[in-house]
Formats: sequence, structure tokens, C-alpha cells
Amino acid sequence: MSKGENRKSLVARFATRDTGVAIGLYVLSLSAAIFVSALLVAATGGSATAVFDALLDGSLRSQGAWGLTLTTSAPLLLVAVGTIVATRAGLVNIGQEGQLLIGTCVAAYFAVRVGGPGWFVIAVALLAGAAGGGAWAGIAAGLRAWRNVPEVLTTLLLTFVAFPLMTFGLRQSWLLKDRDTERMNQLNSGERLPANANLPDLMIFGNSIDSGFFVAIGLAFVLTVMVGRTVLGSRIDMLGFNPRAAQRFGVSAGPLSAAVLIGSGATAGVAGAVLLTGGAASDRLVFGFSGNFGWDGLLVALLARNRVMLAIPMAFVFAMLRTGSSFLAATGVDRKMTDVVQALLVLALLLPPALLFIRDRRRSLAPSNLAVSSAPIAVEVS
Amino acid sequence: MFEAIGTLLSSESLYTSAFQLSVLFVFAASGEWVAERAGTLNISVEGMLLAGAFGAVVGHQWVASSFMGLAVGALGGLSVAVVHANLSHRLTANQFVVGLALNVLVLGLTAFLDGSFDFGPARADVVRLPLVADVPLLGEALGNRPWPAYLAYPLIPALWWAVFRTRWGLEVRSVGENPQAADVSGIDVNARRRQAIYVTGLTCGLGGAFMVLGQVGTFQSGIINGRGFIAIAAVIFGGWTLRGTVIGCIVFGFVEALTIAIPANRYSIDPFILDAAPYIVALTVVLAFAARVRAPNALAQPFTRGLT
Repeated sequence: MSKGENRKSLVARFATRDTGVAIGLYVLSLSAAIFVSALLVAATGGSATAVFDALLDGSLRSQGAWGLTLTTSAPLLLVAVGTIVATRAGLVNIGQEGQLLIGTCVAAYFAVRVGGPGWFVIAVALLAGAAGGGAWAGIAAGLRAWRNVPEVLTTLLLTFVAFPLMTFGLRQSWLLKDRDTERMNQLNSGERLPANANLPDLMIFGNSIDSGFFVAIGLAFVLTVMVGRTVLGSRIDMLGFNPRAAQRFGVSAGPLSAAVLIGSGATAGVAGAVLLTGGAASDRLVFGFSGNFGWDGLLVALLARNRVMLAIPMAFVFAMLRTGSSFLAATGVDRKMTDVVQALLVLALLLPPALLFIRDRRRSLAPSNLAVSSAPIAVEVS
Repeated sequence: MFEAIGTLLSSESLYTSAFQLSVLFVFAASGEWVAERAGTLNISVEGMLLAGAFGAVVGHQWVASSFMGLAVGALGGLSVAVVHANLSHRLTANQFVVGLALNVLVLGLTAFLDGSFDFGPARADVVRLPLVADVPLLGEALGNRPWPAYLAYPLIPALWWAVFRTRWGLEVRSVGENPQAADVSGIDVNARRRQAIYVTGLTCGLGGAFMVLGQVGTFQSGIINGRGFIAIAAVIFGGWTLRGTVIGCIVFGFVEALTIAIPANRYSIDPFILDAAPYIVALTVVLAFAARVRAPNALAQPFTRGLT
């Protein structure tokens, strides 16, 4: 086959009517989601165009905005890539919020204690975050392996334990509470990180991008290769498609799924550590630190439909909604509106693949396609 | 120590608050139980409860009757169920993704609408059941409650009857155990699964409405606060039997009531343990029971005809 033919077939494969229909469906359902959101804003007395403007101003157009958006997308992406790998292995981890929180706590504990040069503190914090998040997911993994408890439930219940646990830690000075007795307001706040333990920022056109973003992108690339090009990746996929068949092919289902679950907790923990050392939110651990990054990262993963690379633009869109929402106050519309938009986007992106799947199935079950198989039956009847 | 426990256990208010929370769990978990018997691990319970709670204030605002609040609350829960059921069992979208997205959607939507409109208080009247209310210690809890609480009493036998004594119930159980076999014998598997989710929506709508009308009196966006997930744990606790599920609801209701009663009686336990207690208990209980009982065979497995 010549090179030209190959290219032609590639074009022919993508430029079919089916692709057109798929793109059309996505455009349609996404605009429906945006339309419904606009309708909601209008129904409650707001101006939809003003809201749209404010979101764009806050996320892209104002000074330094897109750098902030990229920085914000880092923890989302980190949470999402781990979740995607877990989902590919057929696991339903929905406790990223708790894993992120525990990861942050462990990272904060070590970051204020190790001392040494800045890069060392940062490295320790990131590793500690991974260990913390991984350990928290590890509880769920252990329960699943030991007693076959569904991880959907345990990861979630553990999230609700993580919140009080963090509050507990913030009240004990041997754990996370600020040991600086000079400071007035020590309640519910952790110790300040050493000044050199701040992830360096990259300045581009007046936008400062936290290096956590590059950590996230790097991890996304590594995991893409891992999932698509390695034996481990195909084992994970096999496990997700059919655990029993995977076992037959020599995949040890139990240990592998436990490892994947722990790994996804670890990336959530790293996300927490990046949030902490990035310094965007605060230079210390404070009450309510996680700010729903775990939940939103999970949604990003769900939207990316198991493709690690797709998580990058999805994380960016969610980060846009986040940074944009800080400009919403001027329009008089509640910030909660961005939650609604996010959920509607998720639902909208669910529809097209489902519709296409159904259409394909109908088509394959249509009489004309079943002619071959129905022929012998017709003979029998006559 | 023992004296303290004695004082706690002999206070009527402990039993009332335990009963109130148990009623919420019964509404949510009994419906969830039906959906799980049909093979859906429905995680949008949280959203359904919240929609029910929001529906209750809307309904109450509209006609100023607690009956209307309850009815609109049930509709609120049902509408979440309709979206969930049709997305996951008609359009074959992943049930966990749909459930999670719906939880976020309802949480955002109700908080947003709650901020945009002003709702007055919405309370149901307390009705005193004769005889029952005179039982010492427990009477106040069982027989002197806002009237929607009493709907939980007939709900349990009604659901038991529907699932174990009707053709519909047999079909629901069969699609949860062996959808292929059910399909071959002419049962519309996904239709039964959708209907089971509608049942969850209705009961959760009632539960959420009860939370507003019978407990809190207004809508707050944190009114459910993860209790829907505890209801799911109650079903697992009960080993997918209705009896066990109800017992689970009572246990979880009691644990949560204790976390309220202990500080109220000025006993000091670290608030961490109190806040985390219901979830830790749920985890331990799930751990203890999950291996011993048998889940519906096709739980959380989507069904598409012709594919195995």
C-alpha cells in the first residue's frame, strides 16, 4: 500500500457522515446545556450575556487571568488522570476529595518539619502528598481486596471521614496546628510553610504559571504512554473490560486493581500537595482547604471518557469556570451557577456517545444487516 | 461513665432525634433497596433527597399546605429519577457518572435557586397517635411526630408487598439477578430497572420533603449533607433484604442522634469522633457484612440486549 492511499484512507475514515453526525450531536447537546444555563440566569433576573462576559474576563481576558486558569487546572488535571486510569481498570473511585485532603495534610506535616533547601522540601511535600492520598485510597483498596466491599461506597465514606480528621489534626499541635505561639489566630490553621518551599512560577506575558501545571501535564503524558503503549496499560484495560478473562490471561486482578486504586489516590494527594506548595490558595494549611478540587477533578475525569489527553482541555474548561466565577459577583448572580453549568456540561457530554451507540446497535439489528443470519431460518420455515 | 450513658439513654430527646433521622434513612434506603434489587447501584439518592427537600419548600410556598409540600417534594425526587433512569437505562450512559453528575447538578441548582428566591418556613403539623404516644420513653418518638413521618410505617410493608408479592416485583428481582434470563422470558429489563429507579425517586422525594417539613422547617443547601450515601450503606448493611435495610436505618439514625446528644448533654468527646462517627460506623458495618451476604447478581451491571 502506498503512502498516498494510506493517507486517503485515514481521511476517509474520519470524514464520513458518521463523524459529522457525532460532531453535530456534541455541538447540539453542548449548546443545549449552555442555553439551559442562560435560561436559568435569565429566569432569576440576571443577564446571561453579562455572566458570560464575566466568566470570560475572569478566566482569560483580564490581566494575568489565563496564567491563573492554567495554574488552577493543574490540581484538577492531576486528580483526573489518576481517576481515568482507575476507571479504565473498572474501578469506581469517587473519594478523590478525601484523598486530596489527606494528601495535603501529610504534605503539610512533612513540609514544615523537614527543613533543608527549597527543592528538597518541595520534593518531600509532593512525595508525602502522594503517600497520604495513596494510603487513604489504600484503605478502600484493602477493604475491596479483603472483604470485597464495593470501592464506590468506601472511597466515598472515607471522604466524609477525611474532613473531620483534618479538623482534628488542625487542633493538635503535634499534628498540623500552627506551633508558632506568637501568632494570634491559631485556630483551625496550620503552620506556615518555609518561604523557600514554594513551587517556582513561570512568567509568560505577565501571566504567572505555577510549575505544578507542568507537573500535571508531564504526568498526563507519562500516563498516556503507560495506558496506550505498555503491557501494564493493556493489562489495566483488560481488567476493566473483563476481569475474568483478564485473570485467564495472567493478570492478577486483585493486586493490580488495588495498586491502580492506590495510584489514583496518590495523584489526588499530589494534587493537594501542588495546591499547598503552589501557594495560590494560602501559604499554610487552613480549614476547608481542598475547595472541591477533588470533586471537580472527578468530573473532569468522567468527562474525558477514559482518555488521559482529553482530560487536559476538560481540566482547562473547569478551571475557566472556577477562575471566571470570581468575577461573577459583579453581575449579581450567585457563584453556585458555575456548579450548575458544570453539571449540565457533564450531562450534555454524556448524551452523544450514548445516542450514537444506540443508533449503531439499531443499525446492526436492522433486517437488511441480518439478512445472512435470517436466511437459514427462512429456509426452515418454507 | 456508666451513669453518663444511663442519663443519655434515658432521655426522650435522644430517641426522638434518632427516630427522625431513621425515618429519613428509611425513606431513602427502602427506595434505594428496590433499585438495587433491580440491579442499579443508584448513587443519585443524595440528589433525589435534596430535590425532594427543595420541592417541599416550593410546594409549601405555593399552596401553604404541608400535603402539597410533600407532593411536590415527591415530584422533585421523581424528576431526578426520570433523568437518571432514562440516561442510564435507556441511553446506556454509565450509571455512576449520571448519578454523580445529578448530585452535583441538584446541589448547585437548589443552592442557586434558594439564593434567588425567598422561601418562608415550611412545617407540617405534629399529629399525636393515640396509644402509641403513651408508651414510656419511646412514645414521644414513635407517636408524636410531624405527620409525614408516619408515612414511613406503611411504606415498608407496601414495598415488601410490591417486591415479593406482585408480578412486577418478581420481574424487578429477576432483572437484578439474571437480566439475560429475564430478557429471554419476555421481561423488558431496562424498563423494570427504570421503574425501580422511579420508586427510589418517589421515596427519596418524600424523605427530602420530610426533612424540611418534619425536621428543619426551611430549606438549606446542606440539609442532606451526605446522608443519602449513608442510606446506600444501610442497604448494604441490610444485606439487600428489606428487614435488614430498615434495621440499618435505625442503627445509623441512632448513631447520628448520639453524635447530637452527647455534646448537648455536656459530655466531651472529641468533635472529630462525633463528626466522623456515622461514616466510621457505616464503614465498619459494611466491612463486617459485605462478605457475608450476597448482593443481587447483576448489581451495577448495565444490560444491553444481544451483548453478554
